[in-house]
Amino acid sequence: MSVFDGKKIIIIGDRDGIPGPAIEECLKSTDADVVYSSTECFV
Amino acid sequence: MDLENQQRVKDLTEKHGAENVVVLIGAAEAEAAGLAAETVTNGDPTFAGPLAGVQLGLRVFHAVEETFKSAVDEGVYDDQIGMMEMVLEVDEIIEEMEEIRGEFGKFND
Repeated sequence: MSVFDGKKIIIIGDRDGIPGPAIEECLKSTDADVVYSSTECFV
Repeated sequence: MDLENQQRVKDLTEKHGAENVVVLIGAAEAEAAGLAAETVTNGDPTFAGPLAGVQLGLRVFHAVEETFKSAVDEGVYDDQIGMMEMVLEVDEIIEEMEEIRGEFGKFND
């Protein structure tokens, strides 16, 4: 049981840091529900 | 945080309820991580976007924080994030995130 189980997850990734899809991939083994994922670019 | 993402965060929080939403950030720098975390807790600090003056107080974590790391599969984490974790200023990011959560978070569980 983690803080993410059963929660609606909003991912704000960063192209120069950790992109959205990488965070999303990690969450596949949990019961978290990704409702939005994006990758920002600060340049 | 860009304006479109602010709008999405606002809409999704209204739809699902603030207590059910967790925001995960992948920002490369501590300052950017802090600004994003502040935006989804205390409102847009630049007062430019839809979250200006909106204090959602959401749970928010960075992907290099232990809370996230320990919740996901170790092998997948290493594949997807391990490399960036070595490059990023992890300690500074964690310090910034803890500060923002402590000050503005409504769900400190």
